[in-house]
Amino acid sequence: MSALGALTAPILLCAALIAAACRGVDAYDALRAGARKGLQTAMEILPALVTLFPAVYLLRASGLPEQLGRLLSPLLQALGVPPETGLILLLRPLSGSGAMAEAARIMETAGPDSLAGRTAAVMMGSSETTFYVAAVYLSAAGVKRSRWAIPAALCADLACFLCSAWVCRMLWG
Amino acid sequence: MLSVLLTILCLLATLFAPLNGASREAGAALTEGAQAAVEFVLRITGGLCLWSGVLELLERCGAAAALGRLLQRPLRRLFPRSAEKGEILAALTENLSANLLGLGNAATPAGIRAARGMAALGERGADELCLLVVLNTASLQLLPATVATVRASAGAAAPFDILPAVWLASACSVACGLGAAALLRRLWR
Repeated sequence: MSALGALTAPILLCAALIAAACRGVDAYDALRAGARKGLQTAMEILPALVTLFPAVYLLRASGLPEQLGRLLSPLLQALGVPPETGLILLLRPLSGSGAMAEAARIMETAGPDSLAGRTAAVMMGSSETTFYVAAVYLSAAGVKRSRWAIPAALCADLACFLCSAWVCRMLWG
Repeated sequence: MLSVLLTILCLLATLFAPLNGASREAGAALTEGAQAAVEFVLRITGGLCLWSGVLELLERCGAAAALGRLLQRPLRRLFPRSAEKGEILAALTENLSANLLGLGNAATPAGIRAARGMAALGERGADELCLLVVLNTASLQLLPATVATVRASAGAAAPFDILPAVWLASACSVACGLGAAALLRRLWR
């Protein structure tokens, strides 16, 4: 199982290459075209990250999240959520870049394979920037009243964060 | 909206830092954060390019179309009114299958087309438009390549070993989103 887990990336690549060979798709060309898109993505996210990383670093340095975390950690612990990930819960629905800044910081300080590091990664991987996505679709459709869309989406986010924490604790706690 | 968030974060931090005796750290944090952002992008760019390539390859092999066929039946049940219109169903299918593959650049335009179509249905499409938003704000991604790349760059032993956990959490989130939608659409009238 652990060998399979460690080889996930090469297995994925090989599966994609075999599929391409079967379908007669030019694999090299597709990988190169995708890499160009990846490079564009990196360039596009950089300005947002350079704007939001400093704000999150400043907030961290002020010690405010730590103090708040101390207040909230009994609640988070009762819910089974690692207290280190508290700030992600707040940032994730509002700003993907801000939440990523915090997640990257947790992975670096607590270690990517620690429980907090893994929980942060799973939370990031299984959720979206709710308010941003909702704004894009609702404004494109010209809808002024979003009715129950935001409350339902936030329920889904909360479920996602709790479930991330519980699954990580079961698998790696 | 992000300007408000940014202003609140910075104000709170700047006012709180001296109270906490952390003025020096706070003073250094801004440039540190900006530099960290650039280093972060540099560290994940390679992985981002690699996995975008693999996803592009899968898409050219017809993965999106195959996923779309699998989605037909659930989509007709979840969006009965939109499904009556062929072009809305097609846009919905494209939106969700691109989301599953993590192709954000393809998912958004298709989702916007679906949203506009639903808005054109008027009152009849309003609930289904909300459901579209809920499905798109709950992440459906099968291969969370970005976060796996961030894990790899932080030195994780097996960056992709979080996959089962991500799938479970995503499924839970979608299920709760659908449940909340079913409940709220009744309460809303």
